[in-house]
Amino acid sequence: MLGLIATGFLASAIAPVLYKRYRENFGWIAVLFPLYMFFGFLSRYPEIAAGNSVRESLPWVPSLGINFSFLLDGLSLTFALIISLVGAAVFLFAGAYMKGYRDAGRFYLYIGVFMTSMLGLVLADNMLLLFVFWELTSFSSYLLIGFNHHKESSRKSALQALLVTGGGGLALLAGILLLGSVTGTYEISSFYDMNRIITSSALYPAIVVLLLLGAFTKSAQFPFHFWLPNAMEAPTPVSAYLHSATMVKAGIYLIARLNHEIGGTPLWQDTVLITGAVTMLFTATLAFRQTDLKKLLAYSTLSVLGTLVMLLGIGSELAIKAFFIYLIAHSLYKGTLFLVAGTIDHETGTRDVGKLAGLRKAMPVTAAAAALASFSMMGVIPLIGFIGKETVYKAILELDRWGLPLIGAAVLANACVVMVTLLVGFRPFLGKAKETPRQAHEAPLKMLLGPSLLAVLGLLIGLFPDFFISAMLEQSARNILSEELSLKIVLWHGFNLVLILSFVTLLLGGLFYALRPVVLRYSFFSSLPALFKPSSWYESALKGMLSFAKLQTLILQNGYLRNYTIVIVLAALIPASFALYRAAEEVSIIPDYSITFYEAALGLIIIISTGLLITSTSRLKSIVSLGVMGFSIGIIFVIYGAPDVALTTFAIETLNVILFVLVLQKLPKFLKLSRSSNRIRDAVIASGIGVFMTLVVLFATSFNISTELKEYFAAASLPEGKGLNVVNVILVDFRALDTLGEITVLTIAAIGVLAMLKTATGRKAQP
Amino acid sequence: MNRLIILPVLVPLTTALIMLLLPRRIAVHRLLGVLSTLLLSVVSVILLNSVLSGGILSLQAGGWAAPFGITMVVDTFSCIMLAMASLIGLTTAIYSIGSVDEKQEHNFYHPLIQLLLMGINGAFLTGDIFNLYVWFEVMLISSFVLLVLEGKPEQFEGAIKYVTLNLLSSAIFLAAVGILYGMAGTLNMADLAMRLPMLEHRELLSVAAVLFLITFGIKAAVFPLFFWLPASYHTPHVAVSAIFAGLLTKVGVYAIIRFFTTIFTLESTPFIHHILLWVSAFTMVTGVLGAVAQYDLRKLLSFHIISQIGYMIFAIAIQSPLAIAGGLLFIVHNIAAKTNLFYLSGIIRLLSGSWNLRQIGGLYATYPLLGLLFLVPALALAGIPPLSGFWAKLTVIQAGLEAQQWLAVSVALMVSILTLYSMIKIWNEAFLKDNPLSGDEGQRGREYHGLSAGKKTALIAPAIILAMFTIVSGLWFEPFFILAKGASLELLDAGIYSKAVTGGIP
Repeated sequence: MLGLIATGFLASAIAPVLYKRYRENFGWIAVLFPLYMFFGFLSRYPEIAAGNSVRESLPWVPSLGINFSFLLDGLSLTFALIISLVGAAVFLFAGAYMKGYRDAGRFYLYIGVFMTSMLGLVLADNMLLLFVFWELTSFSSYLLIGFNHHKESSRKSALQALLVTGGGGLALLAGILLLGSVTGTYEISSFYDMNRIITSSALYPAIVVLLLLGAFTKSAQFPFHFWLPNAMEAPTPVSAYLHSATMVKAGIYLIARLNHEIGGTPLWQDTVLITGAVTMLFTATLAFRQTDLKKLLAYSTLSVLGTLVMLLGIGSELAIKAFFIYLIAHSLYKGTLFLVAGTIDHETGTRDVGKLAGLRKAMPVTAAAAALASFSMMGVIPLIGFIGKETVYKAILELDRWGLPLIGAAVLANACVVMVTLLVGFRPFLGKAKETPRQAHEAPLKMLLGPSLLAVLGLLIGLFPDFFISAMLEQSARNILSEELSLKIVLWHGFNLVLILSFVTLLLGGLFYALRPVVLRYSFFSSLPALFKPSSWYESALKGMLSFAKLQTLILQNGYLRNYTIVIVLAALIPASFALYRAAEEVSIIPDYSITFYEAALGLIIIISTGLLITSTSRLKSIVSLGVMGFSIGIIFVIYGAPDVALTTFAIETLNVILFVLVLQKLPKFLKLSRSSNRIRDAVIASGIGVFMTLVVLFATSFNISTELKEYFAAASLPEGKGLNVVNVILVDFRALDTLGEITVLTIAAIGVLAMLKTATGRKAQP
Repeated sequence: MNRLIILPVLVPLTTALIMLLLPRRIAVHRLLGVLSTLLLSVVSVILLNSVLSGGILSLQAGGWAAPFGITMVVDTFSCIMLAMASLIGLTTAIYSIGSVDEKQEHNFYHPLIQLLLMGINGAFLTGDIFNLYVWFEVMLISSFVLLVLEGKPEQFEGAIKYVTLNLLSSAIFLAAVGILYGMAGTLNMADLAMRLPMLEHRELLSVAAVLFLITFGIKAAVFPLFFWLPASYHTPHVAVSAIFAGLLTKVGVYAIIRFFTTIFTLESTPFIHHILLWVSAFTMVTGVLGAVAQYDLRKLLSFHIISQIGYMIFAIAIQSPLAIAGGLLFIVHNIAAKTNLFYLSGIIRLLSGSWNLRQIGGLYATYPLLGLLFLVPALALAGIPPLSGFWAKLTVIQAGLEAQQWLAVSVALMVSILTLYSMIKIWNEAFLKDNPLSGDEGQRGREYHGLSAGKKTALIAPAIILAMFTIVSGLWFEPFFILAKGASLELLDAGIYSKAVTGGIP
């Protein structure tokens, strides 16, 4: 399977090149790739349906426990088949649909990368490998949503989707790492039987919350649902593929995949159940105020995603089976309807349901495909959608608690979905034809084939569930549940409560459809207050972050060197004083120093000249005091027996004063700009440094310094270094490398001065 | 083999001297620049190879035995840093051919780059604290001259802040050296590593440790000591910004790691551990927020350097073998990705005529391959798998979780989403949105299109080389991890280092 994934990425990489050459019929070329995958997976069907699974593993980063491990079992095969089949329909469709777009070659690169990553995600048997693919789908989704990158709304929606799913991705990463620390492995099949160990770990609540955050953001669960309708900015094939059939189900896949390993606790089940139920109902009601075909479909997708999550939360055998049927049904009909919406948009130039009607004559095949898919979506017998809905209702009715409110919510949500279906699947085709921006006519074969096939497949599976899905259903459910399974799925359950509920749903849906124009007149439905809209939470968080960023940067990076210096000095002084204080507690030996007359006099001179230096308003006076201070320090060196250092100091001080005096006349008039409060603050800080350094020196010199080095240098200087002056030998021999460095510093300084002079005078380079 | 150790210092020095003897032969400068860095790359690979097979190498300069002379040491960590410095030196030498104008080249641009590399390599090699100070001075003065080489007023303004604050760092460094020497009587790192645990009154050591931390913290541009970086990095020529961004702050990080693994241990200075943790969190956050607020391409990237340093400090604060390995991986990844982003920003500027993101646009439509090339380091920086940055982030986060530093890990994760946001900001503004100045189409990209084919190649080749590095080190991560883990274990066992240098006798 690694080969398959690698081939996928390579094929995607060369897609733009191929597109350039075979622009006209690229749809037919591109479709070969998902079809190849589809039939490849299909050929494994009998083997997997018989209860086997295929596992492959190659080391990637074995030191961190990350391997190219892939597992093909019922669960992953079901997803892989959906991904490659819907992929085939979408790739073919895009061949015609994307023709008008600029840079359609890139589109195939992105969507190819996406499909491959999505397959990698569902096939991965290593949590971190799964995460790698997870992030790749997020990013390719970002590129695809923002495909029309000339539009600002496109870029904004793409960024929103990326930040929401990317943020969730980081939570997921943390969750995976914590999970790995509990299990000691990232291989999913290796911790398949570790449910008890994981759920009894102290980290379990954190693991659940983090993993579910990742799953809920990716699968657009409340309150993270808002990115999905905005993602409808993407070209329609992308919406059909990523944002209804595949990528948004990655989170659901993750929950399903880990259900056996970390599920079964109230925390897991209830969180999943409640989030799913809230999403199911809340997002369905939001569909009321939509008029755009794609947005309508997006909200119904959200509701379905919520239902799927809720089913996983219920977690009974029936619920899991309902989950799979509903998953397959939704991928088939929603894929069709999105592509139909794309066809309508492509052929008429509008997606506004208010402007579309009577298209059945101009677009008979499209209308037929739409009708078939719509019946499935509404849950009309004998399509797969019917089985799906029946099983969902049955699974809810089985519940001991919450059964009643949940069934109510499910019926309401499904009624809204029925309303959406009537708006999207029927209304544009029925009635009298309306004027559209473009003259409507039937779409080309490339755009019809995919949706029609998916719609027909929905009918066939509905008619013959035993032949198509029963065996796989058993295996997939077993992967999630691991109990012995007993239930069987049939199309016809007879007349019972569930069937009545189905009828009620359809009736309610019809009623909603009829009432929709009336309801929309009330402003409550057309706009929610911002406080209740998670999308506005996102907006304000982003805005708040940006203003905070600006503010903190203005405060920190304020442009004043003096402020920077103060902060740095304090940052050094405070922790260092703290360290010194703690050391003083331990050591507390301040040695007794007897001070000589010379020392006291020199100290006094230094203090006085420093005082003059900082108080004087005359530059000349300041420079002279600086010189006095320097010379006094030089004399200290003399007293302590370092005449050579003293000589150097004298030379430098003299030179300094001369240079300053030379520069002095070029300077502007002396101005006193600082306020006295600032000066007092600076004086306090400076004195702090002075006191600190004095104390440190007192402490440090109270040690018995190891004299090993000194003695060695004194002894080795003449015999080894051939020099009488120990300091010289140290400089040019013992520590010659330091001197080399310092010489280099001087050279560079000279180069710098030369370069600056040349720039300043504008002269040409001279040797 | 041991004699090779001096080459990373000697090769750039000799090259610079030859260049200075031939001041007007710019073509020779360019050629020598590339040859020298190529040779450096070979040397560092040979050194890495022999360290991996034969252990730590050391050389006593002038033949004076440690601790009396100056010791040069290469362990795995040094080798990794040398190799990265050579890689960045090489790509910068190539990039400069395409981007730096002749006036600057006549103003000794190429020899200054060599001398900067000499200082950087010296810092990675030395086993003596005072010698480290000298190499810092070499770096400081050469980077100062490179900053003001074009002579623009804003360069002087930036350079004055740069030099003042870095001199403050030097002063604190000297104070710390004084205390340490006063206490231990030696400045040889290996010798210190053996003596310090046996010292009386070790409490006072933590004062020196704090001062060293501040010194290198300024060099590494951590919170709240980073002001010099955003004040200056956007002012020089972009090739200079690129090499600074890649290497200078990392020398500071290198020194922190070296000091707080080889010389001091965090157990001996426990409260520094807490300081490092808080510093790392604030550095990550303030850096990335600073980046988010910017519209100038180079300022944005400069603030980002700070944020990424935070991750490295976080790794150092945790100190487990995995954390230090993660820190090293972060350094390696960041050097390549960050430098590359500066290279690419230079190309964007040549194509669009501006550094201001508000005035740039439409590049993806016209230059799709440049766009993809940009995405490689940008996404690597944001930690998107399977690029190098993802692995670095993964390792550091995992080490943080193992150490149960929940708060700091959450900060690191949040910062990574903000990093993604700010990278996407560049992508959105410069590449995706339409060109905001469509009127004067003729002006656009004139600077770039006026370049010769050779110069264009010199501009784009370094970006491709570094992008390849980012991709390959991501896809084939195992050997990098093993290398980093080995280096980390070596660092955390100070005994190995001391033994290799002094033979184990204090």
